[in-house]
Amino acid sequence: MNDHLILRVVGKFLIPYVMLFGLYVQFHGDFGPGGGFQAGVIFASGFVIYTLLFGLRSTQQIVSEGFLRVISASGVLIYAGVGVASMLMGGEFLNYNVLAANPIAGQHIGIMVIEFGVGLTVASTMTLLLMMFAERGLPS
Amino acid sequence: MAVSGMLVLTGKGNKMTVLDILSGILLLAGCSLGVIGAIGLIRFPDFYTRMHAAGVTDTLCAGLFFGGLAIQFGLTLASAKLLLIFLFMLFTCPTSSHALAKAARHGGLEPWTKTGSGAAHNMSQEGAKS
Repeated sequence: MNDHLILRVVGKFLIPYVMLFGLYVQFHGDFGPGGGFQAGVIFASGFVIYTLLFGLRSTQQIVSEGFLRVISASGVLIYAGVGVASMLMGGEFLNYNVLAANPIAGQHIGIMVIEFGVGLTVASTMTLLLMMFAERGLPS
Repeated sequence: MAVSGMLVLTGKGNKMTVLDILSGILLLAGCSLGVIGAIGLIRFPDFYTRMHAAGVTDTLCAGLFFGGLAIQFGLTLASAKLLLIFLFMLFTCPTSSHALAKAARHGGLEPWTKTGSGAAHNMSQEGAKS
């Protein structure tokens, strides 16, 4: 495994910035191009690079598959939870306007929370997909 | 001077400053490098030489582009973002070329030689025969 020295050094150096850019796309999504899906994919690509360079076993030491399953389900739960919360506060399903005192602040909170849920689900599902496919090639 | 460069971009004035000319030269040089890389990609005989043409010109092409654009923008947030993109390209372009070449070498692809004894050449001939 030591013969990918250049790739490993550059990968190690770049992975934090890839993840930071993922967070930037996530939380800058309502001011510029971006959003939960793209941010999730960029964030997960950090895990993909790490798995390709250092092997599946080292990735499994960082995140377990069970944890990723819980995260991916909780992202959907956050999305649906915002919809139910807006219903409970007197609006329709996913009507952000009622989430805060005035509609603009409500829209802001609603879209941020929903995109956060999307980002969680996409990032964990992408990582989970890679890990489950890679697992099939390994001797158990 | 940077402000007048911005003015040309926004269409508020038509003066060409030294910085505009400089950024134009940089952009043109970047363009020509990109075209040279593309020609090499089409004209060279095998995988390694083609990758060499594309991989070597790529980084400097991007660098010249970002330099020219950064001069147009002056000292703004856009220039800082361009600098970050340039740093990213500076590290990733050679690395991806390296990974490609390493994978091809690992897969047993021999470099092309002038006598035509390269494995890629032989493999294509054998493929035609069988």
